[in-house]
Amino acid sequence: MPDTVVGKSVSRVDAVAKVTGKAKYTGDFVMRDMLVGKILRSPYAHAIIKNIDVSRARALPGVAAVLTYKDVPRNRFPTAGHPHALDPKHRDKADRTILTDKVRFVGDAVAAVVATDELIAAEALKLIAVEYEVLEPLLTPEAAMAEGAPLIHDDCPGNILSSGGYEIGDVEAAFQEADYIFEDELETSIVQHCQLENHISIAYVDSDGRIVIITSTQIPHIIRRIVGQALGIPWGRVRVIKPCVGGGFGSKQDACLEPLAAAMTLAAGGRPVKLELSREECMIDTRTRHAIKYRIKTGVTKDGKLIGMHIRAIANTGAYASHGHSIAMAGGSKFRVLYPMRALKYEPYTVYTNLPVAGAMRGYGSPQITFAVESHLDNIARKLNLDPVEFRLKNLVQAGYIDPLNGNAVRSCGIHECIARGKGLIKWDEKKARYKGQTGSKRRGLGMACFSYGSGTYPVGQEIAGARIVLNQDGSVQLQIGATEIGQGSDTVLAQMAAATLGLPVDMVHVISTQDTDIAPFDTGAYASRQTYISGMAVAKAATEVKEKILDFVRGMTDIPAHALDIEDQNIVYKHSGEVVMPLAEVALQSYYDPVFARPITSDTSNNARINAFSFGVSFAEVEVDLKTGKIEVVEIYNVHDSGKIINPQLAAGQVHGGVSMGLGYALSEQMLFDEETGKPLNNNLLDYKLPTIMDVPDIGVDFVETFEPTHPFGCKSLGEPPTIPVAPAIRNAVFDATGVAFARLPLTPQLVFARLKAAGLVQEGGDGCV
Amino acid sequence: MYNIQGYFEAATVEEATAYLAANPDLIIIAGGTDVLIKMHHGQIEKARLLSIRGIKSLQGIRRLEDGTIVIGALTTFTRVGDDPVIKANIPVLAEAALAMGGPQIRNVATIGGNICNGATSADSASTLFALNARLQLQSRQGERVVPIQEFYLGPGRVDLKPGELLTEILISPGDYQSYGGHYIKFSMRKAMDIATLGVAVLCRVQGGVLADVRIGLGVAGPTPLRCNEAEDYARGRAITPETIAEIGKLAVRSTKARTSWRASREYREHLVEELTGRALRVAVARAGGIKIA
Amino acid sequence: MLKKISFTVNGTPVAIEVDVRETLLEVLRNRLGYTGVKKGCEVGECGACTVLIDGTPIDSCIYLAVWAEGKEIVTIEGIARNGELSKVQKAFIEEGAIQCGFCTPGYVLTATAMVQSGKQYTREDIKRELAGHLCRCTGYQNIIKAVEKALEEERKEGGSHAANR
Ligand SMILES: Cc1cc2nc3c(=O)[nH]c(=O)nc-3n(C[C@H](O)[C@H](O)[C@H](O)COP(=O)(O)OP(=O)(O)OC[C@H]3O[C@@H](n4cnc5c(N)ncnc54)[C@H](O)[C@@H]3O)c2cc1C
Ligand code: FES
Ligand code: FES
Repeated sequence: MPDTVVGKSVSRVDAVAKVTGKAKYTGDFVMRDMLVGKILRSPYAHAIIKNIDVSRARALPGVAAVLTYKDVPRNRFPTAGHPHALDPKHRDKADRTILTDKVRFVGDAVAAVVATDELIAAEALKLIAVEYEVLEPLLTPEAAMAEGAPLIHDDCPGNILSSGGYEIGDVEAAFQEADYIFEDELETSIVQHCQLENHISIAYVDSDGRIVIITSTQIPHIIRRIVGQALGIPWGRVRVIKPCVGGGFGSKQDACLEPLAAAMTLAAGGRPVKLELSREECMIDTRTRHAIKYRIKTGVTKDGKLIGMHIRAIANTGAYASHGHSIAMAGGSKFRVLYPMRALKYEPYTVYTNLPVAGAMRGYGSPQITFAVESHLDNIARKLNLDPVEFRLKNLVQAGYIDPLNGNAVRSCGIHECIARGKGLIKWDEKKARYKGQTGSKRRGLGMACFSYGSGTYPVGQEIAGARIVLNQDGSVQLQIGATEIGQGSDTVLAQMAAATLGLPVDMVHVISTQDTDIAPFDTGAYASRQTYISGMAVAKAATEVKEKILDFVRGMTDIPAHALDIEDQNIVYKHSGEVVMPLAEVALQSYYDPVFARPITSDTSNNARINAFSFGVSFAEVEVDLKTGKIEVVEIYNVHDSGKIINPQLAAGQVHGGVSMGLGYALSEQMLFDEETGKPLNNNLLDYKLPTIMDVPDIGVDFVETFEPTHPFGCKSLGEPPTIPVAPAIRNAVFDATGVAFARLPLTPQLVFARLKAAGLVQEGGDGCV
Repeated sequence: MYNIQGYFEAATVEEATAYLAANPDLIIIAGGTDVLIKMHHGQIEKARLLSIRGIKSLQGIRRLEDGTIVIGALTTFTRVGDDPVIKANIPVLAEAALAMGGPQIRNVATIGGNICNGATSADSASTLFALNARLQLQSRQGERVVPIQEFYLGPGRVDLKPGELLTEILISPGDYQSYGGHYIKFSMRKAMDIATLGVAVLCRVQGGVLADVRIGLGVAGPTPLRCNEAEDYARGRAITPETIAEIGKLAVRSTKARTSWRASREYREHLVEELTGRALRVAVARAGGIKIA
Repeated sequence: MLKKISFTVNGTPVAIEVDVRETLLEVLRNRLGYTGVKKGCEVGECGACTVLIDGTPIDSCIYLAVWAEGKEIVTIEGIARNGELSKVQKAFIEEGAIQCGFCTPGYVLTATAMVQSGKQYTREDIKRELAGHLCRCTGYQNIIKAVEKALEEERKEGGSHAANR
């Protein structure tokens, strides 16, 4: 296959639109007569709505509709962006209704107003009188799991949304054999996606009576289904349009607004309604990342081999299920191939609490478990007096390994090389030696952490992807995919794949970036780092089909057998010599206008990928810790990834930069805080929630170990989410190296770090003697 | 859309004071970077606003013949950080100004608004405290000048009488000439952040001795404050690590920090001690070599 | 309460009645159709709504529309001229500084102001000047590179007259 375009840093296909302001996001659709929707939110974390009086709000001039749970369908529906499971037992938990009569976190939607402008809508919200019966708020998993705790959802005893897990081998037997046993408790914090574009949907009823929803989503086809389920109408009556999306990171892999937006337009006689969350709302009533507490017990042999590990995890999933039931499990599955051991037991509990809803976020459970396991491994390495890198090398997976539980195989494996490169980049050995025995008030340290991750969700989830290619009259093609561009660059890499297959330059591939469920092929959407891998297979399949049809058409024109032909550089050529037979454009024109044989060339394919591929990588970090303030400065950081063949190095590096910066925030500063008594959010805005600014991010070093993944036509594997995964533990391990203090929770804020350093006797009173 | 119920504009101080005298409920808006945010969050509802942005006489910085530096209340942070008079004479104030917010905020936020907003975290305040800044206030009734220390009454409360406008900030030559200074903004992020602690230290050095030290702190209590005990101790002492350590310790005594979700009292107090010392070291270095009459 | 004001947007004179409650962001987006101006927070924290007012970057979400009287406003739509991208825009594309693109218009405008200023910037200065913008996608790396590149190109050409080209 000629792959002239694959592997090149071609510019994004949407770059010009985005740099000129022409790119159209949901909020940029202006419609005559558009109304504004607003949500009344609960001031209580846990309460039953005893009474709700909306009469004054309804009477306010300019108010088109007021909705409470009484006015909307009461169908229970799931919100998670997963393919629909035919088997009811495997379906996502349906624990939501469009509006609720029981509020389960501060900010839960109680009622909604549709009005002519936002100030009237806001005024109307104030006129709604709600009488609550306040219940005990359960703000931690411990409180929620306690004997006698009230139930957040009546059908969920113990407030445990899911448990389960797995055991490979016999972990107790392994512990018996181990020379050493180590135990640790580690925990992560609740963080938020903070994609720049807040959640927004515009809904209206079109002239055929169908509900159209323009929405900022990662999963248009799934949204169609969920809205159908929520309203209890045939799914085909819903049309979902996904224009440009200003980032998602998982928070838009969920139906946060669309069912309500649909209900709003129905209540307003089908007029367009814009439902747009403010940043403050977006931070509490979309999704968050699960905070998870881990207890890990590990058995190790004298020579540093891991032989058994038992991990117990308690994940705080907040008020509604969303993806909750699958995240702890996904994290526990994707990490386990990294260090194959004789026995591994994983026991996750996902627990409802009266906090904002946790759902999918970049890495989907992996950043949490990777933080825990990789920190734990460094604790062990130190106790065994082993270099953390050496310790890992003794235990790392090799190509050929097959996951005993799901049968996914490690066919390409560059993790060893990733580590070697990372070590070199950061000058591990040299600096390790240099920083031995430091004494000053500023200490340097090095740390690293590895990860493994999947490409898509198979076999847990179905991996279906669609692509449609039309050969235009000029020899260019239209490429239409169901996969969604949300900033990660999928439109561009998919165009590259189509171009490479068809012997075209990328600018001859016109990508239809908008997904409209009426028109776009079916694809479940942007998540699980699946699109380059899974949707790429569909694009390759469609492009190959078009190519075959082209060559077959040429055969009809020339009598040269198709197998002797190829397309190169927009020409039909002889495969063996490269000699040009005719320009592709000529074939294209002929395919439309040949008086007898005209048969425009298209393909419309779907690919059900029953396969998965493991990607790997490592973060190496150097930090400087100011012992006297607890402040951590990341001096250097490198991420080295094995994501198979890199389709577009510049875009790939961009994914790594963004992921690392998100990981830096996770490590050092980001956390959502809530009042410990009431559950009220304390920092749901971008000033108080500390995502890193440009001044806070050091230069990020990026490298790729390009293996070739044989299950993919272009050899690629996942990259979208992975860069976030190993960053926090690498930084934590570097701080551990610098200070000897085994930090056990995120984020490593100055106050927390200082308190621990002080407790460890590392902070002397008074000045350090240098003026 | 902000829920603004009335809007007026004044082009001169006289016009502004006349508006205020006639409509005591008017809320003054300058850059709006506090007022509009409060409206967004519902802390101010249905306000009637008096915009003073158009008052040219309150914009800019000048140095009077006697050396007094006069900063118009409407001077933006960008201007304070960039102004040749400030950079040449009170570089620590420029340093503090540039520690504030981000460029777009600094391009509109005014120093007068920063002070009148009454926040303990105001990035200009600790430095202005250390500089013994005086505030010129004007109303229909006339003018008065108040030392900045007396202007702050409590969290978000300042001594602005009904009908009064802050017109100018005055800094006397004796309060900045020969002083070296340093402002440390301790915050989680290096930009776009509110200080966990703001420490401004000014000092004058004479013959290896601390002739004068002034310490202004933000977020160490409900209002910005000065550390009188530490300053008294410092005066006339030789510059040694021990002295500096002791000054840091004594500085804590003037604080009234509290625990909030942003930081605990203990941690803030520790930071006061540590960062006062650090700021003082830099201030000493910057004051060094300057001949003091 | 309505107020009639006049200003220019990207060189085009505009005279309209605005509601005193409206922000410049709203007037530009909703009334004048300059939807390249983005909204990420409405409170000055993200920089997505940045426009140039008399050449200076400001957050249009916390700038009342009535304040625009007599001002020259430049939005992202005014940066490319006759279909030709500016240096800054080209550099953003070439350096891969764009992902979801929601922050991009704001950055391009601040960077344009920097290029037009004729000042010299160190890497640290560049970061400080861009610090009023948040980007969740790019980790800022390629944005810094793009701005460095645009400044360098401008320096090579040695004049601010061409900054907009
Ligand atoms: C994103 C963001 C980041 C910020 N970061 C910082 C920061 O890092 N450090 C910091 O200190 N602040 C910060 N602030 C707060 C704010 O920008 C400053 O306090 C600013 O100086 C306020 O000035 P202004 O002109 O915008 O005030 P306005 O909002 O116009 O007014 C503030 C208050 O002062 C009153 N007022 C204004 N001028 C006068 C006058 N001349 N006479 C009498 N009363 C007057 C007003 O009535 C109002 O009560 C930030 C704000 C935002 C939105
Ligand atoms: S929308 Fe204006 S700064 Fe965020
Ligand atoms: S590119 Fe998405 S926020 Fe910057």
